[in-house]
Amino acid sequence: MKARVTVTLKSGVLDPQGKAIEGALRALGINGVASVRQGKVFDIELDGVDKAKAEAVLKEAADRLLANTVIENYRVEVLES
Amino acid sequence: MKSAVLVFPGINRERDMARTLKLVSGQEPAMVWHTERELPRGTDLVVVPGGFSYGDYLRCGAIAARSPVMEAVRAFAARGGLVLGVCNGFQILCETGMLPGALMRNSQLRFICRDVFLRVERSDTPFTRGYNAGQVIRVPVAHGEGNYIADGETIARLEGEGRVLFRYSSPEGIPDPNWNHNGAMNGIAGILNEAGNVLGMMPHPENHVEASMGSTDGRGLFAGLTDHFARAA
Repeated sequence: MKARVTVTLKSGVLDPQGKAIEGALRALGINGVASVRQGKVFDIELDGVDKAKAEAVLKEAADRLLANTVIENYRVEVLES
Repeated sequence: MKSAVLVFPGINRERDMARTLKLVSGQEPAMVWHTERELPRGTDLVVVPGGFSYGDYLRCGAIAARSPVMEAVRAFAARGGLVLGVCNGFQILCETGMLPGALMRNSQLRFICRDVFLRVERSDTPFTRGYNAGQVIRVPVAHGEGNYIADGETIARLEGEGRVLFRYSSPEGIPDPNWNHNGAMNGIAGILNEAGNVLGMMPHPENHVEASMGSTDGRGLFAGLTDHFARAA
C-alpha cells in the first residue's frame, strides 16, 4: 500500500527558505507567484495493514517523528491499496 | 560534579565539552552512547553537546531526540536532575519537548560561526550563579539553525517567568537586532524549562574557558554548576 505524508509549516511561522525561493522565482522572471512556503513530502510503502490501520500508523509516524507539531502541520493520504 | 556527556552519531563537540567539564570541575565526565537506556549511577549533570547528530536529517536534532538515551534523560530531568543542551543539544531538547519552541533556519539563511555577546539575565539559577545578572559575556556560535521561535503565549510565559537566561545583545548589553545574528525571537539565546532544571542554549560556553582560547567568559557557567553541586554535597 502506498501512502504519502505531507508536512507543511504552520501559518505564521516564518519560512526564510520559502522567501529565498520566492525571490529566486522573481529573479527568473516567473511572474504571478505571490508567495512560496517550503514543506516536505514522505512517500511511504506500507505492508500488511488495511486502510484504517494504515492511516493510524501514518498518523503516529507523523506525530512522533515526521512532523514537529510545534511548528508544522501534516496531512496523511493513502494513495492506493 | 559527576557529569555525563551524551554521544550521538554526527555529534562533534562532545570532546570540547568533556575537556571543559574536566578542566573546570576536576572530574572526568562519563561519555554515554545514544543506545544506552540508563545514565551512570550518581550522575549530577547531563550534557547534550553540539554537532550535527544524524547529519541534521529530517530536522536538526529530530532523530537524536527519539533515541533510547533520551528516555533516560527525560526521566532524570523529571526527578529534578540538571540537563544542559548546547547548540545541537538545544535543538535536541526542543525536539523531545523538554523545552518549548523550535530552532529554525537563521534568518539570513547562512551558517554563522563567530563570537557573539550574550546578556546574562539572571544569576539565581544553578546554571548562571557564576555570573552577575546583567553581565555581558562573549562566546562563540556555530550554527545554521539557531533562530528560536515559539508561539506568542509561550514567549510571554518565558519572559514573564524569567526563563530567558541568555539573550543576544550588543557588547554593552543592549538587546539590538543588529547583534541578533540569527533572528531569534526577542534575541533569545538560552532558555530554561518550567521547573528550572533544563537549560538549552545555542552558543558554546565550553569553547571560551581558557586564556589561550581568547576569552574565559564561558567558564562561569561550568564553575557555577560545580559550585552548585559542591554546596549541595
